[in-house]
Amino acid sequence: MSSSNEIPKDQLPKSAFSRRSLLQSAGVSGGVLSTGLLAEDAQAQGAVAVMSGEVEITLDINGKKRNVKVEPRVTLLDALRNRLDMTGAKRVCDRGTCGACTMIVSGKVVYGCSVLAVDAVGKPIQTIEGLAPEGQLHPISKAFVNHDAQQCGYCTPGFIMATKGFLDRNPAPTVEQIDKGLSGNLCRCGTYMGMKAAVLEAAKEIKNG
Amino acid sequence: MVNFEYANPTTVKEALSLLTAGAEILAGGTDLLSLIKDDVHQPKRLVNIKGIKTLGGISKIGNNFRIGPTVTLDELASNPLIRGAFPALVQASLGITSPQIRNMGTVGGDLCQRPRCWYFRTGNGLLAKGLVENGENKYHAIFGTGAAHFVSASSLGPALMALGATLKIASPDGKTKDVPVSQFFKAPSAEGEREIALAANEIVTDILIPTPPTKNATYEVRHRQAVDWPLATASVSLRMSGSKVAAASITMGHVGPTPVRATEAEKMLIGQTITVDSAEKAGAMAVMGAKPLSQNAYKMQLAKVAVKRALLTAAGVKTV
Repeated sequence: MSSSNEIPKDQLPKSAFSRRSLLQSAGVSGGVLSTGLLAEDAQAQGAVAVMSGEVEITLDINGKKRNVKVEPRVTLLDALRNRLDMTGAKRVCDRGTCGACTMIVSGKVVYGCSVLAVDAVGKPIQTIEGLAPEGQLHPISKAFVNHDAQQCGYCTPGFIMATKGFLDRNPAPTVEQIDKGLSGNLCRCGTYMGMKAAVLEAAKEIKNG
Repeated sequence: MVNFEYANPTTVKEALSLLTAGAEILAGGTDLLSLIKDDVHQPKRLVNIKGIKTLGGISKIGNNFRIGPTVTLDELASNPLIRGAFPALVQASLGITSPQIRNMGTVGGDLCQRPRCWYFRTGNGLLAKGLVENGENKYHAIFGTGAAHFVSASSLGPALMALGATLKIASPDGKTKDVPVSQFFKAPSAEGEREIALAANEIVTDILIPTPPTKNATYEVRHRQAVDWPLATASVSLRMSGSKVAAASITMGHVGPTPVRATEAEKMLIGQTITVDSAEKAGAMAVMGAKPLSQNAYKMQLAKVAVKRALLTAAGVKTV
């Protein structure tokens, strides 16, 4: 789904999308419009809205609401990178294997390349950009620097988000738990030893506040 | 990647009405999106079923445990009911060694995912006639005499089959049917046939496992500990009478186009105690019917070991 594969705008199927159908769909996946007029409207209409062509959706990214126009086929990763200029999450395998696009959606680590942007409506999304809002390094990022836990650095944002998700669930991990807990990410440079040390240090730092 | 429509139904009935020709079900998306990106699947519409509440949840209903098809692999592996009764399912879920995949992937999706055969994934069809037999086949099937040489990629399928599970499937005509997991997986004999007994306009609504739970376990033999598919697995379920086996169910995974039942080994174990010797004998019997391809005879040894270790784990026999 690189930009070269996208159909030029003038060849797109005519959008069957209306504002009303978007609101219904957003309500279904986000649960934000479950009551009130719009829900009654949706019930009165009976049929479920089908999104087709480009639609405008609202994503909740690092605590901020961002509007973006996407076709249903656009992944969350591509929406962030290509439409919202948030290039922290990396696109490498684009097949849910390497982990470079790891982000946290609804509190759980996921591959951004394997989630449709329209599927993420109404769910809180945390990306590497949101990890250090004040320009201060997060303890995990700091520990990665301290332990030289990267070489080319391309896998690093994914690894740091995977570490965040992992430490949120396992605040005091063993090395074996780190091995398993970060097994969804790959580093071709092979800096795993540095990363393990960094994760252990970050766990201590976070615990000590 | 083709363009497609997208719909978000909240009931099974709505979802069924949206599954028109060319539409496909979207759950976790971990397999489907890759298939679409590679143009192996070119759906006209994706029907997201994650918003259908009745398709989630894990509970005990009557004589069954019920698992909803949109339960994620992570929810399955961390659920107290499942952890207490079905270590075979927990071990199989945790074998999917990527927290991201476990957070996204669903139980129904694991059962319905497409095979990983590299000829299939590169657009040569499920049977890839001639290519597998004469080409690179070290990860392909060692069982099956038909035209299909891919291996079923499901991790939970073999475990659910060993546990005697049944799937409830809803059809667009409003009817539901029960399909035992042992009949859900198919070895296609012609290109274009599906490898599962689920029509494109049907939905798996329930996964039911009979009670009382047995002694059960899954053992996977794999090359890498991280993100990868296993080379051979075995799931076993034992009903004991004292220290002796009253009934055994042994299913091997990743060795055939469907999970493969080891019926001879099951019969042999009845009345036996599970020891290193009897488990080893069962493993040897389990692979007796194997017909490996040019590069994968090594998988016979792996499947044998998987059966042995799954039996020892299920029976709680310490070997070291």
